[in-house]
Amino acid sequence: MGKTFQRPEALSDTMTHYCPGCTHGIIHRLVAEVIDELGIRKRTVGVAPVGCAVLAYNYFDCDFQEAAHGRAPAMATGIKRVRPDLVVFTYQGDGDLASIGMGEIIHAANRGEKFTTIFVNNAIYGMTGGQMAPTTMPEQRTTTSPFGRNVEDVGMPIKVAELISALQTPAFISRQTVIKPKYINKAKKAILKAFTYQVEKKCFSLVEIVSTCPTNWGMTPLDAITWTEENLLTYYKLGDYKTPD
Amino acid sequence: MGKVLMKGNEAIGEAAIRAGCLNYFAYPITPQSEVAEYLTKRMPEVGGVFLQGESEVAVAYMIFGAAGAGERVFTTSSSPGISLMSEGISYIAGAQCPAVFVNIMRGGPGLGGILPSQADYNQATKGIGHGDCRMLVMAPASVQEAVEMVMNAFPLAEKYRNPVMILGDGLIGQMMEPVEFPDHLKTEPSNKDDWASNGMDHRKRSERNLVRSLFLDPTALNDNNLQLKAKYDQMKKEEVRSESYNSDTDYKVLIVSYGTMSRVCRTAIDALKEEGIDVAMVRPQTVFPFPEQAVRDAAQKESCKQVISIEMSMGQMVEDVERSVRGGKPVHWFGKCGGDVPTPEEVVDVVKSLIN
Repeated sequence: MGKTFQRPEALSDTMTHYCPGCTHGIIHRLVAEVIDELGIRKRTVGVAPVGCAVLAYNYFDCDFQEAAHGRAPAMATGIKRVRPDLVVFTYQGDGDLASIGMGEIIHAANRGEKFTTIFVNNAIYGMTGGQMAPTTMPEQRTTTSPFGRNVEDVGMPIKVAELISALQTPAFISRQTVIKPKYINKAKKAILKAFTYQVEKKCFSLVEIVSTCPTNWGMTPLDAITWTEENLLTYYKLGDYKTPD
Repeated sequence: MGKVLMKGNEAIGEAAIRAGCLNYFAYPITPQSEVAEYLTKRMPEVGGVFLQGESEVAVAYMIFGAAGAGERVFTTSSSPGISLMSEGISYIAGAQCPAVFVNIMRGGPGLGGILPSQADYNQATKGIGHGDCRMLVMAPASVQEAVEMVMNAFPLAEKYRNPVMILGDGLIGQMMEPVEFPDHLKTEPSNKDDWASNGMDHRKRSERNLVRSLFLDPTALNDNNLQLKAKYDQMKKEEVRSESYNSDTDYKVLIVSYGTMSRVCRTAIDALKEEGIDVAMVRPQTVFPFPEQAVRDAAQKESCKQVISIEMSMGQMVEDVERSVRGGKPVHWFGKCGGDVPTPEEVVDVVKSLIN
């Protein structure tokens, strides 16, 4: 019997810097598996964000560019427009995509740029040490909302998948999570669909993945999973929001 | 192809195509929007890419992405737009990618105005972005020279893997002049497989390429900055360009002026000559690197008693002139920055006031 489980070729054989209980590792693996399954590693260019995944190129084994904060969709646009034969994906967090980079993602999606965005939403700024994000939940405590997010003051958390689905340009938009095995299989299918739509030159694709941040939430990894199910998944509902067909 | 009468902005667009640059991303801003209007028609004819971005911020990163993928790419903008692009230019310099930026300057600060200006001199030559980044900056004084500089800019950007800027003013962009286009550039970007993220199966080597400007290890970051500095030092040795006018006379005054302003000064120098007053000019064609030696040598001539920097800004290049003259002769400044270009008569009066 041969090996039944091994590291995808698109992942490097290295330790990551991600915290215990963080779901970036699972998401990296799913993206890498999809890249392997589609056989596109050698023509794939990733675009790294600013945030926890800024060093994603240390973990993916393909060409990579590193964007400024929020600008990954503009960079991916530049790459894909001049080299439509490449497979291009951005890997962005919620501070990067939903705050400073909201303009870039909306316009890239609206132009129907044929790249894929993996949007990791953990409702907080991770890399900078746990500040409030546009996706932070009402009453959620962060270092810049120490008494809980006051929606009277800063509004409600932004639902990115719904927002981008409101655009009229055809796209594939899905929201998934990876906090339990039953969710992971669905997330993998959505990521595979997203890349397939790109490979078939069909449309822009974005998979939002509701994620955990035990370190900055101040919870154990297990509590973080429970908190995600009870608080995030009730607001950030899973499912496919838009398909191009 | 003989001479054609062309608007500066359109000629700049055509020059890029003739330099083999078939990728253009831009955001409209007066007084250079004609470049985009020209290229939206022209790029499809040559199988090129034209895209109007959502902002200058985004455009700078479209340029970065395309440059990082190893393709020739350029954009055009004007002063406030260049401010928005300056973040991206710093990243492009840090990641050592080649790209060409054209700044058709208008008056500032803030929204300023839409008329010609040279008030982005310091930004272009000294402060284009955060960190120790510099660009090679060329300043054309005619539509013909703008065409030649645009065509030279791409090989230079690739030689140094660094952003190159064409620093024109609104007049260069808006006026029509006869122009003769040089032959198409034949050179392909040479070494892109060594560094560009153009897809692993596109290259002979099996290692991947990373385009990045983050170096968390202080030694690695210092090394990257030393590499950049070595390139800027090499530019100072190899790329300085300037032109002299009326310099073989016993001139009493030396003017340093560039771009549109230098053409006005040339007319003033001719008028002064008719009155028996000899004045010389050094016209920087590169403003970074600045022609320090040419300015210093011209100022050191025994007959020369005064040096004046004449520019459409409130005294920016004058600091480079002072730095070049090194206290050997008095250095003055004259300029206007509302968008109305100083007249030859005004320059004549200013020069006379220096010698009387």
